[in-house]
Amino acid sequence: MIAQKQKTKSVKNQSKEIKKRKPGFFTNLYNYRDYYIMLIPGILFFLIFSYGPMNGLIIAFQDYYPLKGITGSNFVGLKHFKALFSNPFFIDVLKNTLIISFYKLLICFPAPILLCIVLNEIKSPKFKKFTQSVSYLPHFVSWVIVSGIIIEFLSPSRGFINIIRQYMGLEPIFFIADPKYFRGVLVISDLWKGIGWGSIVYLAAVTGIDPSLYESAEIDGAGRIKKIIYITLPSLIPIITVMFIMESGKVLNDSFQQVYNLLTPATYEVGDVISTFVYRMGIEKMQFSFSTAVGLFKNIISFLLVMLTNYIARKTSDYALW
Amino acid sequence: MKTVKSKKKRTGEDWLVDIISYTLLIFITITIILPFMQVVTISMSPSHVVNESGFHIIPTEFDFSGYKQIATNPAFWDSYLITILRTVIGTACCVFVTVLTAYPLAKSNLPYRKYIMMFIVFTMYFSGGMIPTYILIKNLGLMNNFLVYILPQLITGFALIITRNFFMGIPAALEEAAKIDGASNMRVLFGIYLPISLPVLATISLWYAVTHWNSWMDNMLYVTNEKLYVVQYVLQRILSSGKVDETADFTNIVIHTETMKMAALILTLLPIVCVYPFLQKYFVKGMTLGSVKE
Repeated sequence: MIAQKQKTKSVKNQSKEIKKRKPGFFTNLYNYRDYYIMLIPGILFFLIFSYGPMNGLIIAFQDYYPLKGITGSNFVGLKHFKALFSNPFFIDVLKNTLIISFYKLLICFPAPILLCIVLNEIKSPKFKKFTQSVSYLPHFVSWVIVSGIIIEFLSPSRGFINIIRQYMGLEPIFFIADPKYFRGVLVISDLWKGIGWGSIVYLAAVTGIDPSLYESAEIDGAGRIKKIIYITLPSLIPIITVMFIMESGKVLNDSFQQVYNLLTPATYEVGDVISTFVYRMGIEKMQFSFSTAVGLFKNIISFLLVMLTNYIARKTSDYALW
Repeated sequence: MKTVKSKKKRTGEDWLVDIISYTLLIFITITIILPFMQVVTISMSPSHVVNESGFHIIPTEFDFSGYKQIATNPAFWDSYLITILRTVIGTACCVFVTVLTAYPLAKSNLPYRKYIMMFIVFTMYFSGGMIPTYILIKNLGLMNNFLVYILPQLITGFALIITRNFFMGIPAALEEAAKIDGASNMRVLFGIYLPISLPVLATISLWYAVTHWNSWMDNMLYVTNEKLYVVQYVLQRILSSGKVDETADFTNIVIHTETMKMAALILTLLPIVCVYPFLQKYFVKGMTLGSVKE
């Protein structure tokens, strides 16, 4: 049977028959040994520091005790996942995470696109360069520093915004500690840090637009607004799709560094998110198994979200991540 | 970009678009600059000015006591030194391992390349998370060890992919010629590939260096020995020392004045600002080098 199959195959690719038989696994390893030796440190790194923790996810299904280790701890099945959904704090934390991510998607995602379009309309190269230089800077600054700057700038006694409020005869607001404003602070600080950097990928796409498109549109009598709507924006659609896929995959990947540095007990009710919750439960309260279950839940949903959005993107347009 | 000479009259629409664009950009620029100006001003003002009400955007009186306070704080400078060490050693190791891994993966004839790439790309989308990583680091004996700053982040998927893509663009003829002369793969990589890959090397070096300089979470999670603290974490503790927070385990309770906090912040920010022109030059290019963005 197999031989027959091989026969029909060989008949099919008569022209390729001269080609050698596919070499075996070990022959390959030997023939390309130089390359594989070079790969050893990298593969080891991913195996230990990326796949090692994935292996450690087992403890989400155990009652893990550090002294007993992963192999010695009892298997408890889905106990921690059941506890998760009956934990009132977790429901709040999940809600906070989703609300904050939704605001960020709503405001921080389109902002760089707008910045790119506006920058594209600027004729003076000096002004353009200056704006870009300024707007990229916060991206390279750590969240520790950014939150220090934000807290100072929003301070009720010295902060710029509160001084303006004072001149207008309004009461100062303690933005950082007020549950009403805290989510706003998270969104605005994210915008402040990321708007410039986020625009780079779109600007790269804009430089790829064929200038003759604009010229012919001009001959047809299109104004600048029409050119933005019918040329610039459509050329950005592919990259917007890809970026949207990436962003929507991050809906549950809240920014730990940002929230941790800005959060105070006064704002837990609105600002505590999954990663800060995991940190407090796992590292501070040593509930390893429970917090691993929280993390695993988050990672699985995130992963599925990326897959899903990518699938939708592939079905509905020509552009997808893979 | 548009080469058409705009000899014709500007229409109302032209004015409208210009006005909106310039207003928006000036607004964004000012919003980004103002907070920096306030921090710089506070850091070099005497405390009686800081406590006064009013804008603190441009310094009115100069006083560097905040900088003096931080300059005489040995813990701050120790952590500064540790961070410099970590950045230099960490960046060198990261770039070396990344290049070493990217080179074979750039060879289209390498068997099983697809599977190895899948093995790596999967880690960009799924991870074990904070707690399993913590337990792993603990079991590996890396707690309170300088190596914990370097080993767990040797390769970033992004850096690996842009390096690989750059290598793939190098013509194979160069390599074949060298191989005929009897050069080994290592020689090809270090003698031929690296010298013509300087832009991508600069990009990933800066990328790794900035990541190392800015990281503090590994310190918070894995290091309790104060001698090994990195500057960002020390700064984090200095900044939050006034905040009502559960991080009140600060043994030597010192009252940090606002000027000193801001001076510490500026000193931590300074290296980033110094390399910023290079960052801009290479990073922006780097973002567009690889086909995979982000």
